[in-house]
Amino acid sequence: MSLAARVTTLIVAVLAVVGGVIFVVAHYLLGGPPTVDFAAATSGQVNVTMQTDASSDPATVPDHPTWVSYFIKSPASGSWVHTTLFQVPAHTRVNVTILGYDGSTPVRNQVWGQVSGTTGGVADYGGKPVKTVNGWNGPYLIQHTFAIPSLNLSVPVEAGPATCTTGPCTNNQHSTTTFSFMTPAQPGAYRWQCFVPCGLSYLDGNGGPMQTFGYMTGNMQVVS
Amino acid sequence: MAIDMQPESDRQPGREPGGREPDAPPPPARPWWRRPAVHTALAGAVIGYLLGHLLGNVIAGQYSQVVNSGQNDYAIVLGYVLGTLGWLAGLGVFSDLLRQMTGRPVHATEEARDASAGLARYFRYSLDHKVVGLQYLVGMIGFFLTGGLLAMAIRTELLSPSYHVFSSATYTAIVGEHGTMMMMMMSSLILGPLGNYLLPLMIGSKRMAFPRIEALSFWLTPAAYIVLLSGLMFGGFPFGWTGYAPLSVQATQGADAYAVAFGIMGISLILLGFNIIVTVICYRAPGMHWGRLPIFVWAMLTTSFLMVLAAPVLVGAMYMLITDRTVQTAFFTDDLGGSSYLWENLFWFFGHPEVYILALPGFGVVSEILPVFCRKPLFGYKVAAAGMVGVTLLSFFVWQHHLFDSGINPDMRPVFMLTTELISIPTGFIFLVAMGTFWKAKIRFTVPMLFALGFYFNFLIGGISGVYLSDVPADTTEHGTFFVMAHFHYTIMGGLIFAFMAGLYYWLPKMMGIRLNQTLGKIHFWTMFVFFNATFLPLFAVGMAGQPRRVYTYARSLETLNDWVSISSFLLGVSILIFVFNFVYSTVIARVHEEGNPWNSRGLEWQVSSPPPPGNFARVPVVLSGPYEYGVKDAPPVADLDPPLGVISNAYAAAAAEGAEV
Amino acid sequence: MPAADGTVADGTVADGAGRPEPNHGLRIFLLWLPVALVADLLIWFVWGPHLPPGAMSTSAATQQSAIKIMSVMAAPVMALVLVYGAYALVVWRHREGDDEDGPPIHGNTRVSVTWIGVTSVIVLSLAVFGTVELAGPAGAGAGEGNTPIWRPSGGTPLQVQVIGQQWRWTYRYPQFGGFETTSLMLPVGENVQFNITSLDVIHSFWAYQLGVKADANPDINNVAYTKPEHTGQVQVRCAELCGLWHADMTTVGQVVSLSAFNAWTATARTQLAALTKELPPYTLTYDPNAVAQLGKVFQKAGLSGAGGGFYGSQYPVQP
Repeated sequence: MSLAARVTTLIVAVLAVVGGVIFVVAHYLLGGPPTVDFAAATSGQVNVTMQTDASSDPATVPDHPTWVSYFIKSPASGSWVHTTLFQVPAHTRVNVTILGYDGSTPVRNQVWGQVSGTTGGVADYGGKPVKTVNGWNGPYLIQHTFAIPSLNLSVPVEAGPATCTTGPCTNNQHSTTTFSFMTPAQPGAYRWQCFVPCGLSYLDGNGGPMQTFGYMTGNMQVVS
Repeated sequence: MAIDMQPESDRQPGREPGGREPDAPPPPARPWWRRPAVHTALAGAVIGYLLGHLLGNVIAGQYSQVVNSGQNDYAIVLGYVLGTLGWLAGLGVFSDLLRQMTGRPVHATEEARDASAGLARYFRYSLDHKVVGLQYLVGMIGFFLTGGLLAMAIRTELLSPSYHVFSSATYTAIVGEHGTMMMMMMSSLILGPLGNYLLPLMIGSKRMAFPRIEALSFWLTPAAYIVLLSGLMFGGFPFGWTGYAPLSVQATQGADAYAVAFGIMGISLILLGFNIIVTVICYRAPGMHWGRLPIFVWAMLTTSFLMVLAAPVLVGAMYMLITDRTVQTAFFTDDLGGSSYLWENLFWFFGHPEVYILALPGFGVVSEILPVFCRKPLFGYKVAAAGMVGVTLLSFFVWQHHLFDSGINPDMRPVFMLTTELISIPTGFIFLVAMGTFWKAKIRFTVPMLFALGFYFNFLIGGISGVYLSDVPADTTEHGTFFVMAHFHYTIMGGLIFAFMAGLYYWLPKMMGIRLNQTLGKIHFWTMFVFFNATFLPLFAVGMAGQPRRVYTYARSLETLNDWVSISSFLLGVSILIFVFNFVYSTVIARVHEEGNPWNSRGLEWQVSSPPPPGNFARVPVVLSGPYEYGVKDAPPVADLDPPLGVISNAYAAAAAEGAEV
Repeated sequence: MPAADGTVADGTVADGAGRPEPNHGLRIFLLWLPVALVADLLIWFVWGPHLPPGAMSTSAATQQSAIKIMSVMAAPVMALVLVYGAYALVVWRHREGDDEDGPPIHGNTRVSVTWIGVTSVIVLSLAVFGTVELAGPAGAGAGEGNTPIWRPSGGTPLQVQVIGQQWRWTYRYPQFGGFETTSLMLPVGENVQFNITSLDVIHSFWAYQLGVKADANPDINNVAYTKPEHTGQVQVRCAELCGLWHADMTTVGQVVSLSAFNAWTATARTQLAALTKELPPYTLTYDPNAVAQLGKVFQKAGLSGAGGGFYGSQYPVQP
């Protein structure tokens, strides 16, 4: 091949490689679910509403519609966003309401059946304060937990009366779990997770949605 | 036996394995796009994948593996396996086999070898070991650069413990991809390109023992690479290159990519090693007895034994992982009667010889290069060879040092501590040999020599840190931290990669008849050496200070050290880019020809033209002396490249007449 | 002149120009000696007390002294190779115009045998030393599996069960009613026995300042011993990749005085009494299939989680 042909081929090859790398990085490595911002409008307290669903509507959630999932209600638009990332201001009281549209599954380790880290040390199931829950025997059954380990926050979410499989759900066949906690002063990302294996046995149940952002685990971003 | 058994008078020119009858007219050459090559291979791969995926859905579509997880691992695994078979079929790997099975003459190989010259044969299933060597070279450099890019991503994330560029899931996936890409692919980094290309030349043979197996071992590597990278499309795998069960059983679809890719590469290793062993034992030229074998060939031979004996365990373990994930076997699940320890032991029984598969070829390359640039024989040739054999033997007896804290039977720990300490003795022989070769030498600081010196410096640090890890009390703090990371990066990157660079700069004139730019080479060496040490030396301290492996966040007090390491690693990446630029510029644009023997080496491979002619030697040479006879007055030449006709058959007949055992 | 078999005798040999050849061996030795001495003294006296993992517990102190002794032995070896290498690259480099080959030294049996002998002695003594440390009075803090061969003397140690689960550590104190908590408190001056297990995948319990590291495997009890000797904070991390939040599986433990520890256990016991009643009885491992008739329990409770099929009918038993 002549020098010109070699140089041209080389330039084309280099551009193709660079383009490929950029595509892979942008498409598969960066990006993720959106962050719902509760820090913008501050009035002393922040109200966060979430729901848990047994599975999602494939039209709304094209990736893994059969996975169990949290949704967060956007304060600005009032619509349900399929994400587990949200942003709150530092040193603020956060009032959380979780609408539970899933059936019941017990925890693997009963220790997570106790509410900890909330204001008053209790959570409310349909208005009634609850401290320790046994997801195996009742009287209250649980479906998931919402836990922020670095704040020592752990709240079991009550099991719903029915399972809704086309999340996000809007009917009234759900349980209501409410609790409050104070966000810390130090800004940063605080991970949160669920401690109930997703009804899939203890080994496999901690995989899949439990380890994927947008489903059963996420980050609470605290901003100052 | 080293002597060719077929009398020369019977040999017909052009009668290669699978060749057609000499009198038959050659078949008409088909146009390039109709002949099997990479494009047909890709088509075959796609068809195979779709077929496998379909089959998997048919078998298990109604059968939800993990309730509500939407996975069908059957489809993915079968897709990958059939895709690989399709890739190979598209290349024409099975054509000869099918032709011979159906009794038809084998045309394709003849056509492929004779008719194609120039660039096209590098995209085909070529049976010429020199073509395969260069295919391996380009492939391995590409795989190394991919792994290196992933490493840059890792260090970018570790710049800050609180600001995260990637989500923790993506970061863990990147770590796994980087580790697996490197450990998987770099096993063939030296033996693939340099081993396949140079082995016949070094032992005076016209070919490797099994050309089809050799080409197959190469063509499996792009398949493994693509399968592994495709794991990123599924979100990657969250368990690093070590694949500890039960996490690997729990993981989602990316884990299937890991298991299949590693299995494919394991098969490639077995084939590569097997071919080398048979070639070294059976294809040596007359006069090339074991005491004259170049030390690089000894390294190839011992590494090949490791490949052939250890890689099957890996393939078996991956197969068990796949069945655990698909057909619900319970090898690695304690609650169902299996054991998580089973995976750990299977993996590390392969994993420890694997790191010697990575290290030994490096020993061979630098020991081969040193005498040339010291102008002295290799000091203690027998000691060096014994060291390599000793390392190979002992490497099968040390694997539990990866499991000191795992809860293994505590009586085993002193045993494996002892064997691990013992293996440092034969490893030390390499340094003895180097230091002896330096004694009163005349050292020339050419680029290959610089990289060889860098190897010794880096491997010294890597080796000594290994001794720290072999001591169980010290290992309690060091296991699973960045200390281990620094240790194996020093031995593998500081060892193997530096040795590869040394070998590449040394042998590229032989392989392509082109010399790499020496000024750029020196810049490449110094930047790579300085920034490599700047990157990995502080990591010993980072590990000892308490940072575990594979973490995306760490204690704030370690941020300065991590930042230093990350910046150094970016500069290290720049130095690798300098290498890539040098390699591409010198081979594609500048193409400065370098024929003959620029390093004035006594190696047999240097006694033929650069690049060597097809068939390597016009006639099988008779080897007259060893390759390290520098400084010996009136040393005989290395070999007689034009032995008189009949010298071999006459010797054979004479020996038979004397009734000697042959 | 070199002897016919290529060996070179030690001592001065006349080279081509007639000047006596310097005694390279002696020079290298004299260059090496101060480097090795200074390095060893620095390691032993200056760096030694600050080596990781510190001396907060008996096992950590053992490990610190092991690292110190190994460094003292490794430094001269490294110094030898590096000094020799530097000397060689300076003194024996190729000079312009000299196109002769070097002397044809193929080997030297005495040198090789000495090298092999010395390295073997160093390496074997390290192995013996390591074994002694493992079996010695302080033990080594590493996980010994469920049949430990080394135990501390002096009665039953304080039992702390470490339970690893994705992705948080919990600690159970069987001698105080079996309460389970996410905080790790230890009394100073008392032997501690960690019983480490996992509920799902492999984790690794690493208490840095205590010098304890032991893998947590499901259905396995891994025992590690130590004795904290100073009060302070203990940084606990997970040292085996266990999934998404592996890096966040941390605990900040405390070593406190015995009286403070007793006060803490008493308070925790009462505060967590309601929870402790709900926990399964204390065992060394927790097998989910040990819950009798697991599937029937679910059906009876009408448990239907996560979309309905907790265990599909084709999975009678699942971990």
